[in-house]
Amino acid sequence: MQGPQQNLLKPSKESREEWLGKLVSGLAIVLIGGLVSAILIFLTVKGIALFVQGEFSLGKFLTDTTWSMSNHDYGALPMIITSFLITVLAGIVALPMAMIVAIAIAEMLPQRVERYLKPVIELLVGIPSVVYGYVGLTLIVPALQRLFGGTGFGILAATCVLFLMILPTMTSMSIDSLRGVPQDYRRASAGLGATRWQTITRVVLPSARGGILTAMVFGMARAFGEALAVQMVIGNTTIMPKGLLDPAATLTSVLTTGIGNTVMGTTANNALWSLALILLIMSLAFNILMKLFNKRGGQR
Amino acid sequence: MKKVITSGVVILVIGLLGWGWYTAHHQPAADKVTVVGSTALQPLAEAVAERYQKTHHANIIVQGGGSGTGLSQVQAGAVNIGASDIAASQKEGINAAKLQDHIVAVSGIVPVVNPKLGVKNLSMAQLRGIFTGRITNWQEVGGPNLPITVINRASGSGTRVAFEQTVLQPGTESINAQEQDSNGTVKEIVSNTPGAISYIALAYMNNQVQALKIDGMSATAQNITTNAWPLWSYEHMYTQKHSSKATTAFIRYMQSHRVQSSIVNAAHYVSIHDMQVTKTDTGQVRRK
Repeated sequence: MQGPQQNLLKPSKESREEWLGKLVSGLAIVLIGGLVSAILIFLTVKGIALFVQGEFSLGKFLTDTTWSMSNHDYGALPMIITSFLITVLAGIVALPMAMIVAIAIAEMLPQRVERYLKPVIELLVGIPSVVYGYVGLTLIVPALQRLFGGTGFGILAATCVLFLMILPTMTSMSIDSLRGVPQDYRRASAGLGATRWQTITRVVLPSARGGILTAMVFGMARAFGEALAVQMVIGNTTIMPKGLLDPAATLTSVLTTGIGNTVMGTTANNALWSLALILLIMSLAFNILMKLFNKRGGQR
Repeated sequence: MKKVITSGVVILVIGLLGWGWYTAHHQPAADKVTVVGSTALQPLAEAVAERYQKTHHANIIVQGGGSGTGLSQVQAGAVNIGASDIAASQKEGINAAKLQDHIVAVSGIVPVVNPKLGVKNLSMAQLRGIFTGRITNWQEVGGPNLPITVINRASGSGTRVAFEQTVLQPGTESINAQEQDSNGTVKEIVSNTPGAISYIALAYMNNQVQALKIDGMSATAQNITTNAWPLWSYEHMYTQKHSSKATTAFIRYMQSHRVQSSIVNAAHYVSIHDMQVTKTDTGQVRRK
């Protein structure tokens, strides 16, 4: 009489577990949300300080081409353009390569190859960027120097390093999205008498389009935000790039070389924070783009 | 088994946190000296700190971060010593009147070119012409027909400020060229690029690159002491006006004759006691 009744009147162990779980996950969400909003608020406040305090106008910051911290000229256009240029170039070169490798591994070669190659590619994804930068400095830059003359430092060198860096990321993500296409599609296509190539181009690739575009944007977002490897090979000259072999500077490379030499709260320091804010806005844009591609891919 | 692992991890985390808290609060703060700033001075400060801790009861932490970081951190009171190779009065955003300057070494700066170039001497006017962009080919200064590639140091870095103070005329500016932020990278680039010119701290000089003479003078410690070699700068350690006992003791040790004539000289800096001239923050040189 006593046992069951008491158990029914009290909250059970399971419901307490439920509560505890809710509490822990709620706390974790509050913590992460707090951290993210703290970073966002901090960067925004710091980033707009230059314009709010009237030290430099936003219009000039975005359109002027002279960046000289000692003269209080903070025209960021050369860096914005260079950042975009090397990102897009690296993306354009890397995408077809990544696609070919992904199709070969996921669709054409035997399973065994994927078992061995996929971990290797994923290992490449995890290599720290400084290693890629060092490879660029000791192999790519001297090679470009011998081929084209000049110093070898510049946009082309940065593009090559970024290409090496994002290729594994793009490949591995593309393989995953090709693997995500149901086997039935391929069988149905084969049943209709399509060749393997027809199946790949007309059935598998269109179905995996969302995932592949996501892979591309993800790789480009990584390239856009990369600081160290790029800084080592791009030459860090804050002028408008005129050719692929010219040294230039990206948003990130100016940040890494400049931040240690400026004092918190000065105009020069604020200008660097404004560059950081641009980077943040850009990575936000990349994220939204990825979400859009994923949605579209899903609907097809 | 799972429980054992979980509780093990929890105990480990709590233990580490507790240990961190303990060391942060219970270590005699008086013995702790934090040096942050100039990467040019960092290797020397580390070497001296290592020697110092063998004979003295102290805990000296040396970190890089750049001269700007060092100055702003010491101004904020976050560290005991801000190492800088640029005078506090020359740095925007720093109130030099609030800081105490301690000069701990003299660092020479030497222009370097690729060894295969064949140019070994330049006049000060030629050097100025190259770094302002007036001279763009080595032919104009008696070298081969090769375009000059100027490699500058990061804007605002101590070495660059000192170099421009001496080489450029007031009001003029160096050309917008490649910028690198470390002596090592500069050496690497100059040794790989036929027409490159740059400048490095004397402490980093080796046979990878060719050191240039200026007006027939070579960059030696002897020439720096008399200002016959004009490219040099002080290495500063800034403290707040009232610094801790341990901080003062460490700086005094670093400035002592014994350290200056042994470690400082061995690291290819010039001893502050050998200098026969003084330099103001803005670059005026006077005999002692």
